[in-house]
Amino acid sequence: MATTQSRTLAKFMLMPSVLLLLGWMIVPLCMTLYFSFLDYNLLIPGEHEFIGFLNYEFFITDPAFTESFFNTLLLVGGVLTITICGGIGLAILLDQAIWGRNYVRIMVLAPFFVMPTVSALVWKNMLMNPVNGLFAHFSSWLGMNPIDFFAQVPLLSIIIIVSWQWLPFAALILLTAIQSLDREQLEAADLDGAGPFSKFFYIVLPHLSRAVTAVILIETIFLLSIFAEILVTTSGGPGYASTNITYLIYTQSLLQFDVGGGSAGGIVAVIIANIVAIFLMRLIGKNLEG
Amino acid sequence: MAITSSHKSKLIYTVLAWTISGLIFFPILWTLLTSFKTEAEAISASPSLFMFDWTLENYRDVLERSPYFTHFWNSVVISIGSSLLGLLIAIPAAWSMAFVQTKRTKNLLMWMLSTKMLPPVGVLIPIYLLFRDFGLLDTKLGLVIVMTLINLPIMVWMLYTYFREIPSEILEASRMDGATIIEEVFHVLLPIALPGIASTLLLNVILAWNEAFWTLILTAANAAPLTAFIASYSSPEGLFYAKLSAASAMAIVPILILGWFSQKQLVRGLSFGAVK
Amino acid sequence: MGSITLKQVTKSFGDVNVIKPLDLDIKDGEFIVFVGPSGCGKSTLLRMIAGLEDTTSGNIEIDGQDATDTPPAKRGLAMVFQSYALYPHMTVRNNIAFPLKRAKVAPAEIEQKIASAAKILNLGDYLDRKPGQLSGGQRQRVAIGRAIVRQPSAFLFDEPLSNLDASLRVNMRLEISELHKSLATTMIYVTHDQVEAMTMADRIAVFNAGVIEQVGTPLELYQNPVNRFVAGFIGSPKMNFIDIPTANDGAHSIGVRPEHIKISNDEGMWAGNVGVVEHLGSETFLHVHVEKIGTLTVKSDGDCPFTYGDKVFLSAAQNKILRFDKTGLTLPSLTEI
Repeated sequence: MATTQSRTLAKFMLMPSVLLLLGWMIVPLCMTLYFSFLDYNLLIPGEHEFIGFLNYEFFITDPAFTESFFNTLLLVGGVLTITICGGIGLAILLDQAIWGRNYVRIMVLAPFFVMPTVSALVWKNMLMNPVNGLFAHFSSWLGMNPIDFFAQVPLLSIIIIVSWQWLPFAALILLTAIQSLDREQLEAADLDGAGPFSKFFYIVLPHLSRAVTAVILIETIFLLSIFAEILVTTSGGPGYASTNITYLIYTQSLLQFDVGGGSAGGIVAVIIANIVAIFLMRLIGKNLEG
Repeated sequence: MAITSSHKSKLIYTVLAWTISGLIFFPILWTLLTSFKTEAEAISASPSLFMFDWTLENYRDVLERSPYFTHFWNSVVISIGSSLLGLLIAIPAAWSMAFVQTKRTKNLLMWMLSTKMLPPVGVLIPIYLLFRDFGLLDTKLGLVIVMTLINLPIMVWMLYTYFREIPSEILEASRMDGATIIEEVFHVLLPIALPGIASTLLLNVILAWNEAFWTLILTAANAAPLTAFIASYSSPEGLFYAKLSAASAMAIVPILILGWFSQKQLVRGLSFGAVK
Repeated sequence: MGSITLKQVTKSFGDVNVIKPLDLDIKDGEFIVFVGPSGCGKSTLLRMIAGLEDTTSGNIEIDGQDATDTPPAKRGLAMVFQSYALYPHMTVRNNIAFPLKRAKVAPAEIEQKIASAAKILNLGDYLDRKPGQLSGGQRQRVAIGRAIVRQPSAFLFDEPLSNLDASLRVNMRLEISELHKSLATTMIYVTHDQVEAMTMADRIAVFNAGVIEQVGTPLELYQNPVNRFVAGFIGSPKMNFIDIPTANDGAHSIGVRPEHIKISNDEGMWAGNVGVVEHLGSETFLHVHVEKIGTLTVKSDGDCPFTYGDKVFLSAAQNKILRFDKTGLTLPSLTEI
């Protein structure tokens, strides 16, 4: 089905999507780039002077940037590790013959549908609150001092919340992948005398690589811009202990009204995301072929 | 292999699976239960799972004291509106990429996905300023536009993977049978792809319903959907667990039910066809 | 109504020439088979005739009218696809009605045409089922039904039987042949299976690497192949080729069909040892290893007594031996000289 006619039509049909995405990407990005070279604060009226790379210098040399950069890496890396390891475990468990598998599936999947603000608030208040939270009740019942999660381990607390949100997604995709594994392969391995561990490492895990790639790609897209969970729990604190780059730029632009600085930060975030993207696309391109 | 031993392992796996999934589900269950408690019981140091005085007080309070239905309606309009608009734009694009493949198709798809990797903060300020200048701040229209654009790549990709599974011979057959391009799309392509289109729609409704970056930044009282409404409970004076739970329950239950119905399609859609 | 003429037709994808300049006259009412190995361009040519692919250069004429740039729907041709390409969401009735509805045929007439197609193809009991509930053979019939109701000027078949199992394939082959006899409409049939080509065709066009090597009736191709490729492609089991030291008349190799070799235990042209023996009941294929020549396939009677390892002698029927020059072209046979 490749006549000149259909090819022309196809180009025409692609146009709206391509133009809209180009517009969405290029126009604001150029504006951000332009603002990033200006001394531009919404609170200070008047001319916006061109100040070269000064905004970048301020943004990058700010200790808050270094801290939030590593926080971002920890957040993404931590959640990916937890959800993929946990997801593989859960997927294998749910793949066994069990009673009521459908109900189990429904329960496991549920957190994925909970909006970020709700899950953050529920965890923050009802579970992790050092006075009235369920975890606090539980530790005093055990005779231990309750942990003040958001004061003592703010970033870890957020990692836990976000992992809870994304574990279902990883588990379900990996479960579907495991179920598509050719049973004859496992039977052949049984005949070849493979034990459960070698079956897992030589057959199940390689089979899952495609699905794991997909999980990493999709989760990373969303995890790089975690925002709501931080906003409603710690507001980035204490200090910058739980600030990621997205949140840092938000505070700079919309709380301190520093358009120039925020824009410089935005461009830095785009560069970081691009580095990650190139890396991921390589991975995906290899694994999602066909 | 005696029957009893396989029965035994099934029992062990069942107990293990129910325990773990119970723990994962617990925060949601706890929220739902707390929403029926009084505020005093909600913060009690020896909380009870089911043995408490069930009350609908909190739901009444939330509905009376806050414009819940306004926010609910905003969520509905924004998520469904942006998903329908997105479909309208994405279906033709997915059609041409799936059925008129060129050397550039693969790169184009990758590029579309890469726009999804553009961090929202990279365009935060211009969008904020543009919205301010065009009077789109705190409007449903503004959010519909943003949601459509941020979910467009996912929609195109999902539809593309569904369309790819339709043998192009079927469309060619319709062309041989004398169908015009419009008839080909409406009588053949869309009916066959209907399950895929429905799950694309559903998944995007869910994603848009739960989106919480742009909704928090671009809305205030008027157009705020439920995500932003719930965020207002994070201020200290809003610390009433039972009411928070009731409001949360009302925000998540509709989408929870929708999600459970579509779980199978969801997996395929979200993994961009990497998993079937 | 239904003659198709190809004039200097070519097709290229980028730099790759899939079809090299090609002329072919297909007569009204003819059953012509395009046969060749996969990737030889036969399907592409069929799709060009259908209008599903552009023609890079040259002209396609249908009934004397230039149709090179006519869209598929306007060419008055019907196609049956390898995967049947039925509309999965429509019942058999609606599948067959689809082209008629597109042509704005009156409902009463549609009903009547469906009824007659169902009768011809034995589909009466399945009209209200969906394709998913039918077997492969039934789906194939529906696809044919969808094609015949339009009363096209020609039918195009793109490897229609390759998804069916062997016994069904033989049945459908007969049904399509019978259909051709009763409709007397032009049919162009693409296949890679030379048995289908031999059994069904009025004429066969043998394709290889984007060119037609030879066009002719099945027996012409069998008896007088123009070159080594056609000789090897037509006939089963395949013709044996033996390279010979270049003779003074330019022959580079000779070919002899398995059915033209006689096997004996005391005398013959070549001595060899029997390898694998395949007993088919009515006949026997023996693979005989001959020193310096290689393995020759021999077709013998059903009650052939030789077994693995036997020492045997082979001799070829002299008047059946084909001789090829170094480019593979067939040389005039010795008896004609």
